[in-house]
Amino acid sequence: MNLTAIDWLLIATYFVFVLGIGVALKRQMKTSTDYFLAGRSIPAWICGLAFISANLGAQEVIGMGASGAKYGIATSHFYWIGAIPAMVFVGVFMMPFYYGSRARSVPEYLRLRFDEKTRGLNAISFATMTVFSSGISMYAMAKLIQTLHILDVPLQKAGLNVSWTFHLAIVASALVVLAYILLGGLTSAIYNEVLQFFLIVAGFLPLVWLGLKNVGGWNGLKASLGPTYTHAWIGMGSPQTNRLGVEWTGLCLGLGFVLSFGYWCTDFLVVQRAMAADSMEAARRTPLIAAFPKMLFPFLVILPGLIAMAVPATLATQAADGRLGAHIQRGRGIIPFKVDPASNRPLVDSNGNLQLDYDMAVPSMLLHFYPSGILGLGITALLASFMSGMAGNVTAFNTVCTYDIYQSYIRPQASDQHYLAVGRVVTVAGIALSILAAYVANQFNNIMDVLQLVFAFVNAPLFATFLLGMFWKRTTAHGAFAGLLGGTAAAAAHHALTIPNGSVPGIKGGWLGVLHLYPSEMAQNFWTAIFAWTTCFLVTILVSLLTKAPDEEGLVGLVYSLTPRQKATEAHWYKRPAYLGLIALAATVVLNFIFR
Amino acid sequence: MRLDVRLPIGVLFSVYGLILMLWGILHDLPQHQAGSGFSINLGWGAALLVFGFLMVLLARRRRSREVSEREANDK
Repeated sequence: MNLTAIDWLLIATYFVFVLGIGVALKRQMKTSTDYFLAGRSIPAWICGLAFISANLGAQEVIGMGASGAKYGIATSHFYWIGAIPAMVFVGVFMMPFYYGSRARSVPEYLRLRFDEKTRGLNAISFATMTVFSSGISMYAMAKLIQTLHILDVPLQKAGLNVSWTFHLAIVASALVVLAYILLGGLTSAIYNEVLQFFLIVAGFLPLVWLGLKNVGGWNGLKASLGPTYTHAWIGMGSPQTNRLGVEWTGLCLGLGFVLSFGYWCTDFLVVQRAMAADSMEAARRTPLIAAFPKMLFPFLVILPGLIAMAVPATLATQAADGRLGAHIQRGRGIIPFKVDPASNRPLVDSNGNLQLDYDMAVPSMLLHFYPSGILGLGITALLASFMSGMAGNVTAFNTVCTYDIYQSYIRPQASDQHYLAVGRVVTVAGIALSILAAYVANQFNNIMDVLQLVFAFVNAPLFATFLLGMFWKRTTAHGAFAGLLGGTAAAAAHHALTIPNGSVPGIKGGWLGVLHLYPSEMAQNFWTAIFAWTTCFLVTILVSLLTKAPDEEGLVGLVYSLTPRQKATEAHWYKRPAYLGLIALAATVVLNFIFR
Repeated sequence: MRLDVRLPIGVLFSVYGLILMLWGILHDLPQHQAGSGFSINLGWGAALLVFGFLMVLLARRRRSREVSEREANDK
């Protein structure tokens, strides 16, 4: 692909602003609280936008478009079922304990509520997870830049080999993210996430508009793709009648309850954004404000995938292929077939059918519909989302490493300045480890699968621990720890004994034998989470009842029944969490009904 | 005083709006005079410019309010 000078100008302008924000914020970074918690001084709407942008990384923007092309509008379940209810719950019910306890991180809350070992377990697994997520984000970006040949011309002009694209992309993005986090800490990350939010909207909205116009609107999409693509609920009765390959019980319990609450309510990456808010009320409003744009995001990131499947390939497509510079065979719509990078031949699945490269849905859309100029804006939006996905992970990583690992286990009684300095060193280390993770991902595709599996095992039970810890005062530290271990073991066991249809035993499951066959990988995932959660829930209750009850005085502010109810201090009803939450839920129900 | 995030966002989008509009006028329009004359760069650039301008305006308004509050406190 040849970007023209105007496209490069737009991309370069973005980088100037990103670094400029870091420089402008540098003077404010005086204490470790400024650096790690943004001084607890950010207004709710900014935290809210950062709350959704922090998880809007490469996997999200490219992945949701890809899923839209593969599964259709049912992908919005990941937003409507898989995010909004959990975001409302964390804002209305859980934030008072996170923000009110003055814990500086989610693992620290676990130490206050339970004990040191529960915090240690969570801190270490979380830190590992963030490094790998940011590494994967970096890897995905470098891969995309390589596939689109964005850097070919500049590299050739500089007299360098084109094969350096991957390394150059990794190092350049790492340096930019490093610079703005070192300068401005969490504030800088949050400001850039807000900037990225607006860039994504600015870069993708015209794409959806041009695309819909081209395929004849929503009705045109319906006509060319058929009902399975354009209904989110009809067909969810059985795994065989919908594209996701999962039935509604697994969807609602697995995705809608365990996985989504586990992520949005306990993952420090997102909770940290709300903890940076300037007041308790603002912290509670953060996820609720975030819920409104979040519920509309399917139209921005999923719809392009559907459109890419429906656009008739025309002369313009061939022109876009030419700009891609490769000999690409067109699959369906404007989505190309998957090509083996080694042999340059199309890949086939086990039935001998050609496979579509769904990950190319969004990039193909950009190339197909955008002339130079706005194309630069679209590419900038993609780059921005990749980088802030990385930065979000790195800021969460440096906070947990500094407070929950270094301050707790290595050097407890040092000065605040010392921890600020350590935080900066940890930031450099976090970026270095992310680069390492990106190269590991590049080397061993399977390692990424294994890691993601392990994280799923560790994360799925976590929400049971928080639910019991916050709302049942009898929960004990030993109960929580045993529950977490039990839940993880249950997830591993369930995965080892089941397998999705059409897979061979191994990384996909069934490595100890096959007791049950799931219709799809997604169904297996959801049920693994349900088993893990239930086991953790039951084991925690059982062990808690067998161990000595915790001292109630120590739990004030940490447990629902022992914390004095807060009087609503906001005069305006629309600023009260409960009302906002109800409106968000009602709007989501309406959206589900429209796209049923 | 804390940097208002609306200021950099507003300035960036205004710059983007201007660049896209200029590109639309100087590059796109001469090319498709035979066609409808519609340029996505020009249209979307204008929208971005309006948005950017609005953000800058909001940031400046808050700043002037803060300044006047401080002056009131000083007296």
